[in-house]
Amino acid sequence: MEKLRGKRIIIAKPGLDGHDAGAKIIALTLRDAGANVIYTGLRKSPDYIARVVIDEDADALGLSILSGSHNALVAATIECLRKFGGTDIKVFVGGTIPASDHEALKQLGVVAIYTAEMKLDHIVASLAEHLG
Amino acid sequence: MSLRNDLLEGTDGREPPLLRPETSSGIPLPEFLAGDGEEVPGEFPFTRGIFKNGYRGRLWTFRQYSGFGSAEETNERYKFLLANGSSGLSVALDLPTQCGYDPDDVMAIGEVGKVGVSMFSLAEAETVFSGIDLSKISTSFTINGTAAIIYAMYVAVADKTGVPRSALTGTIQNDILKEYVARGTWIFPVRPSMRLIADTILFSNEHTPRFNPISIAGAHVRDAGATAIEEMGYTLANGLAYVDELLRHKGDANSFAKRLSFFFYVHMDFFEEVAKFRAGRRLWAKLLKQRYGINDPKALMFRFGVVCGGSSLTGAQPYNNISRVAIETMAAVLGGAQSIFTCAYDEAYQIPTEFSAEIALRTQQIVAYESAIGKTVDPLGGSYFIEWLTDQMEKEIAKVIQQLEDYGGVEKAIEDGYPQMWIAQRALERKLKKDRGETVVVGENYFANQKDSAVDYGQVFKSDPSGEARIRSRLSALREKREHAKVVTTLDALEAAARAPDANLMPFLVECCHAYATVGEIVARLKSSWGEFSEPIRL
Repeated sequence: MEKLRGKRIIIAKPGLDGHDAGAKIIALTLRDAGANVIYTGLRKSPDYIARVVIDEDADALGLSILSGSHNALVAATIECLRKFGGTDIKVFVGGTIPASDHEALKQLGVVAIYTAEMKLDHIVASLAEHLG
Repeated sequence: MSLRNDLLEGTDGREPPLLRPETSSGIPLPEFLAGDGEEVPGEFPFTRGIFKNGYRGRLWTFRQYSGFGSAEETNERYKFLLANGSSGLSVALDLPTQCGYDPDDVMAIGEVGKVGVSMFSLAEAETVFSGIDLSKISTSFTINGTAAIIYAMYVAVADKTGVPRSALTGTIQNDILKEYVARGTWIFPVRPSMRLIADTILFSNEHTPRFNPISIAGAHVRDAGATAIEEMGYTLANGLAYVDELLRHKGDANSFAKRLSFFFYVHMDFFEEVAKFRAGRRLWAKLLKQRYGINDPKALMFRFGVVCGGSSLTGAQPYNNISRVAIETMAAVLGGAQSIFTCAYDEAYQIPTEFSAEIALRTQQIVAYESAIGKTVDPLGGSYFIEWLTDQMEKEIAKVIQQLEDYGGVEKAIEDGYPQMWIAQRALERKLKKDRGETVVVGENYFANQKDSAVDYGQVFKSDPSGEARIRSRLSALREKREHAKVVTTLDALEAAARAPDANLMPFLVECCHAYATVGEIVARLKSSWGEFSEPIRL
C-alpha cells in the first residue's frame, strides 16, 4: 500500500498564485502513501524553495502553479536547485499546464506533469516509479 | 477575454419585455402564493426572498467579464463598453497589485499585468479611467488584500476629476477572511486586516454612501473543497466577525448592515443549492436581529450574487458543461440571487473564448426569458421537500457557525490554520469520491468517451516580458517625476496612524494616493507597523 514509504517530498507554491487546493490534495495523498511531506505554503521564491529542498534532503519536489507562469517559475527553481547541488532531485509539476508546454518543461528536467483530472492513485504510482 | 456589449441586447438593439404575469397558455399568475398565516416574500425572516415582487420588477444582474492588459488597453476597452450602453465596469487587477508588490519587486517577476491590469499608483488609475465620468458608471474591483488602497485610489481619481465622492458607485470585494482560507491574497495579520476593512466600510458610509465596500464571499472556499453547508456557514460566520469588528469601531449596525452583501458558488446538487440560499437568507436575518437588535428591514436583507460552474465543470467533454451551467443557473434563480455570473464551458481548462463566453450569457437569457421560472416569487416555497431541506440546511449551517465560535472565533481559527486544514481535507475527499466513482461525473468518471477524454489546456494567461518592462519603466518615470517630499510626508502620516489604534486609515490612504505613493510603498509602511500574516501550515 505505502508506495512512497521513506521518501522525502517537498510540495511548493512558487509565484503569487493563491490557489492551493491542488497542492494540499497532493501533499495529503503523498503523505497517505507513506511519504514524509513538507508543504511550503504560498508565495515562495524559487531560491527559498530550493533551499528547503536541500535543507530537508528531499528526494522530490512538486511545484503547483495555476497562474500560467509555470515556464519561468519552473526554470528559475530548477536553476536554483542546480546552484545548490540538488541535481538528483526529481521535480514534478501540477496545475493548469497546456500540453504545448509539456515538452519544454521536460527539457528543463521535469520528470512528470500532473493535472487535476488524473486519478490520485495514478499520480502516486507514477511518482513511485520515478523515485525507484 | 471580453464580451461585446451588444450581446446583452437583442440583435436589433431592442430590450426584451418584462416577465408577463401569466403562463404561456394564458393562466394569470399571482405575484406569490402563500397559505394563511404563512411566510410571504419580502418580509422578515426573508426565507422566500428579499423583495415582494421578486424578479417581476427587475431581473437579476447578468454579470459580464471585461478585459485586461495594460492601463491604456483597459481604458480603450472601458470606453468602448460605455459607448455601447454599458453602465458597469469590472476591473481585474494583476497579482502583484493584489498582493501589494510594485512591478519592480522581485516577487512580481512574470506576473506584472498578467491576470489583470497593474494599478500600482494613482497615475495608472488615472490612465485606466481617463475620459470616463466616474459619476456615471459603477465599477467593480475584485480586490481584497489591498482593497483599502485601491478604493482610496478610486476616491482620489474622483477628487482629481471633480466628481463628488458621494456620486461614486461600485464594489470592492474587500473580504480578507476568506483570502486566508482559500484565495490567498492576504498580506497583513488578521487583526489589522479586520481594522482596515472596518475603516473602509465606515469611511464609505460617510463619504461614498452609494459604493458597496464589501462582498463577503463563500465562493472561493466552496470551489476549493467546502460543502454547500460549510460554504454558507463559514461565510455567515465571517459576516458576523465583520459586524463585531464594525461595532468595536462604534459603527451604527442599522446603517452599516445595509452595506454588507454576499457571493457564492452554485454547484450541481440542485435542491440543496436552492435550500442553501433560502436557509442562509433566513439565518442571516435572524442572527442580525437576535444578536445585535438590528430592526431596520433593509439592514436584515441578505443580498447575494453567485457564480455558476467552477469546479463543478469538467475538462473532459467540455460541451457537457453548458448543461451543467443551465441547471445551476436555475438553482440560483429559484434561490433568489440578485446577480448571476455564468462560467463558460471551457473555463475549466482555459481562458474562455468569445464564443464560449457568449453561450454562458445566452444560458442566463434563456433561463430568464424563455423558461420564465422567475414569473412567480419563490415558486418552490411551501413544497414539503424544499421547506424540510431548508430547515435541515439552516440547522447544519448554524452548527458550522457554532463550531467556529466554540473554537474561539473565525479570526483565531484562521490564525491557527483550522479552517484551512478542514478545507484541504474536504478537497481530498471530493477528489477521492470522484476517483473511486462514488460521485458520478458524466463524461469524466462514467460514460466517458475515450476519444474525447484527453484534455488539453488551451490558452492560459501568458506573461508578456515586453509588457512587463513597459510597466516597470512607467514606474521608474513616476518615481522621477513625482514630488518626493510629499510622498514621504503622506507615508509617514499613514504609518503613524497605523500605529495609533483608533484612527480611520482611509483619509491617510487617500492622501498617499494623491501624492502618487505606490501600492508597494504603502504596503511596506503598513507591514512595518503590523508585520505580515504568517501562514499556518497544518495538513
